[in-house]
Amino acid sequence: MKVLEKEGKKVILLGNEAVVRGALESGVTFVSTYPGTPASEIGDTFFQISKNFGIYFEYSTNEKVALEAAAGAALSGLKALVAFKNFGLNVASDSLFPLPYLGVKNLVIVVSDDVNCWSSAQSEQDSRLYSYIANIPMLEPSDPQECKDLTKLAFEISEKFEIPVLLRLTTRVSHTRGLVKLGKIIEGIKKGVFKKDKQKFFNLLPNILKMHEKVLEKMEKIKEFSEKSKANFVLKGKGDFGIIASGVSFNYLMEAMSDLKIKFPVLKLGITNPLPENKIKIFIKGLKKLLILEELEPILEERVKAIAKDCNPRIKIYGKDVVPRVGEINEEIVISAIEKIAGIKFKLNHASLEVYKKRYKEVEIPKRPPLMCAGCPHRATFFATKRAMKELGIEVACGGDIGCYMLGVYPPLEVEDFLVSMGAGEGIIHGISKSTKQKAIAFIGDSTFFHAGIPALINMVFNKSNTLVIILDNRYTSMTGHQPHPGTGITGFGEETKAIKIEDLVKACGIENVKVIDPFNVNEMVLAIKEFLMKDGVCVIIAKRECQLMAVRRKKKEGLKIPKFEVDQSKCNKCGFCLNEFACPAIYEENGEYKINPEVCTGCAVCFQICPVKAIRVRE
Amino acid sequence: MKKLNEFNIVIAGIGGQGVLTLAFILAEAALKQGYDVKTSELHGLAQRGGAVSSHVRFGKKIYSSLVMECEANLIIGLERLETLRACYYSSKENGTAIVFDTFSVVPILVSVFKEKYPSLEETEKILKEFSNKVYPLEATEIAKKEIGNGIYSNILLLGYAFGLGLIPLERKNLEEAIREVIPEKYLNENLKAFDLGIRKAKSS
Repeated sequence: MKVLEKEGKKVILLGNEAVVRGALESGVTFVSTYPGTPASEIGDTFFQISKNFGIYFEYSTNEKVALEAAAGAALSGLKALVAFKNFGLNVASDSLFPLPYLGVKNLVIVVSDDVNCWSSAQSEQDSRLYSYIANIPMLEPSDPQECKDLTKLAFEISEKFEIPVLLRLTTRVSHTRGLVKLGKIIEGIKKGVFKKDKQKFFNLLPNILKMHEKVLEKMEKIKEFSEKSKANFVLKGKGDFGIIASGVSFNYLMEAMSDLKIKFPVLKLGITNPLPENKIKIFIKGLKKLLILEELEPILEERVKAIAKDCNPRIKIYGKDVVPRVGEINEEIVISAIEKIAGIKFKLNHASLEVYKKRYKEVEIPKRPPLMCAGCPHRATFFATKRAMKELGIEVACGGDIGCYMLGVYPPLEVEDFLVSMGAGEGIIHGISKSTKQKAIAFIGDSTFFHAGIPALINMVFNKSNTLVIILDNRYTSMTGHQPHPGTGITGFGEETKAIKIEDLVKACGIENVKVIDPFNVNEMVLAIKEFLMKDGVCVIIAKRECQLMAVRRKKKEGLKIPKFEVDQSKCNKCGFCLNEFACPAIYEENGEYKINPEVCTGCAVCFQICPVKAIRVRE
Repeated sequence: MKKLNEFNIVIAGIGGQGVLTLAFILAEAALKQGYDVKTSELHGLAQRGGAVSSHVRFGKKIYSSLVMECEANLIIGLERLETLRACYYSSKENGTAIVFDTFSVVPILVSVFKEKYPSLEETEKILKEFSNKVYPLEATEIAKKEIGNGIYSNILLLGYAFGLGLIPLERKNLEEAIREVIPEKYLNENLKAFDLGIRKAKSS
C-alpha cells in the first residue's frame, strides 16, 4: 500500500490518505469515524491497516460517539484521531464545545466540507465557524503534501497546548491525488491510563468560568505559535495589490499567477485559527488593495477587515464582492477577480474562447444523475410503496433520509417528499402526522437508523404518533462504500461482533406492528404497506435485503449463478411499464422494443413480478 | 523527451467504467517520468451509474487538480454522451485532442422522459466544433471481440491515444504504471488491450 511506503519515498496519495500517513507519522493509536463522503477514505484506510499496526480503529454508531470515543482515548494518554464529514461535526458538536475546557490533548478532529455539494449534501456548510465559536485551533491544508504535514502539526499543537485541534479539508483537498514525501512512521502508546484529576475535569460552576478563561489564554499563546509557524507564509511579489489565500483557493491562485506570468505578494494561511495577526498586519501595511480568496462564507475577510482597521484603514479589501459565496471557486474565478480589481483584461480570456463557452451552453446534453443500481432493493421498496398508495387512493406524506435511498426523490419513483439530515425523516414525519390528518411514512436506512433514528422512533411511540416507518435494511453503510454498522456483525477491526437486530430493537420500544419483509417479494410488501397505513399507532416494516452490489460480489466469489431475465417479445405489448415506472438501469428501449441488458441485470426478479402482461422470463 | 510546463487530461465516463483507473495509471506514469502531478476525482454517491470525470494534470510544478474550461490537451471519453459533456474543456486554440469510445449507454431518464440522445454523427459534428483532432474508436466492441470483455475499453483507448502520439509520456512508463495499478489477475488482458490500442492507432 502506498500509504505505508518507506520513509523518504515520494508517492502519489489521495488527500485523505495523506491525512492517514500524517497520523501514522505522529504515532496515532486510536482512530474512530462514522463514514461520510468526502471524508470516508480516512476511516477506510485505517480499516485496512489498523489491525497490522496495532492501532485501534472503529466505525462508531455516529459522529458524536466517534468524537467521544476519541476524546476518551486522548484522556487516557493515547494519540487519537477522529474523522467525519461536515454534517458529522454538527452531530458531534454537543461534545465538541467542552473538550477545550477539559484540556484534552493529543486529539485531532478532521472535518471535510463539501463545497458545491458534490457528495449528496443537503446544505453548503462552512464548518470553519465551529473553530471560532468553540475556541479550537484550525488548520487548513491545500494539497496532499500539506494534508500530511498539517496533520502532524495538528498533533504537535494539540500536545503542546493541551487542546483539541481541527483539521479542515474540502472535497477538492480530500479527493485530490498528488505527490507526498513520506516521513517516518512512529509507534505510539497502545495502552494508556486515565488519571483522575478533579481540578482539571470539574467543569461546573465556579470552576467552569476559570476554565473558559484558560482556554482563551491558550488561544493567545497559540496565536504566537501561529505567528512564527511556517504553515503561514508570505510569497514575495510586485506592487501594492496583495492576496491572502487558504485551502484549495491557494492552488487556484498559484495556477492563475503562473498562467498570467505575474507575481503578486501572497500570504498563505495554513493555520486559520488563531490567525497570525501581526503577520497579517505586516503583510498588508504597504498595500493599497487586498483580495481575500476563500470559498463559502467571508470568514477570513471579516477578520482581516477588522485587523486592517487599525494598521491600514485606507486599504481596499475585496472578497465576496468579487468571489462567489455559493459553490466552489476555481482558477477562472480567481483570474476574473484579479481582472476586476486590477482593472486589466488578460490576454488569456481571448474572444475566441468565449465562442466555445457560449456554444457549450447551447449544446443539449441529457443529464446522467446517479441511479439506484440494477437490482437495488430500495427501488423495489419504493415501487411497492407507490403501488400501495395508488391502490389505497390516498396521498401519503413521505419523509426521506440520508443514504443511497435518497435517490428515490428522482423520477420516475419520486416517493420521498423531502430530505433534511440523518434521522430527520422520522422526526419531521412525526410532526406532520401530529399536525394533519394525512397518512405519513418515514423511510430510513439501517445505518442511519442506528445513527440517529432510534430517539426519533421512541419519540413517535412516546407521543402516540400515527406513522409508518419503513427501515431499509441492506446490511451495510452502502452509499459511502459498504462499511459495517451495528447491525452488520463485523467491527472496524474486521472482527466478528454481535449483530444488533433492528426488529428486536423496534419491538423493545413497545411497537407491536412490526414486519420484516424481503422487498423482492413485491406483493407481500404492497400488502404490508397497505395494512399498516390503515392502522393507528406506530407501525414498522423492515425491508431487509442485502445491498445487491455486495450480494452479486459474494455470489460470484462463492461461484453461485446469477439468474438473468429477458423480455419475451412475442408476449410483450410494448406498454413500457417496466422502463417508465420501475426504471431499472438494465431495462432499455431499442426501436420500440423493451429489452433487458444481461450484462447489467442482477436477477432480482422484480420486473418479472410487475410486468402487466407477464412477458418477462428467466433467460436460458 | 522535453519537459512540459503542463499537460492537462480529462477522462470522462460513467461510474464503474474505469475512469479512476485510467487517472491512476496516467498519474503514476507521469511521476515515473519525473513530473509533478495532481488528479481530481469525486467519490461516493456520484459513482452510482452517474456521470463521472477525473482530471489529470502533470508538469514541472502543478498546484491545482482541476483543468480549466477550454484548456485540456487531451480528452479521453469512455462513453459517447459523456465525451460530449467533456467538450467543456476543449478548444481548437489549445489544440485539444478528443479520443473517445463510440459506445453508448442511454441514461434512464432519456428513456423515461423521451429526451434526445445524440447520434454518433451528431456527436462527432459537435465535437469537431470544439476540436480539430477528434478520434472515435469502437473500443468496447473491439475489446469484446478481441479480448473477450468490453471492460478493457478504457485501457484500449489509452493505448489508442498513446499510439496516436497524444500522450507525452514514454511507453515503458505507461506499461509500468499499468502493472502497478491493475491487480495481477487482470494484468495480462489489460496489457493486451494497451498494445491492441497502440496497434489500432498505427493502422488507422
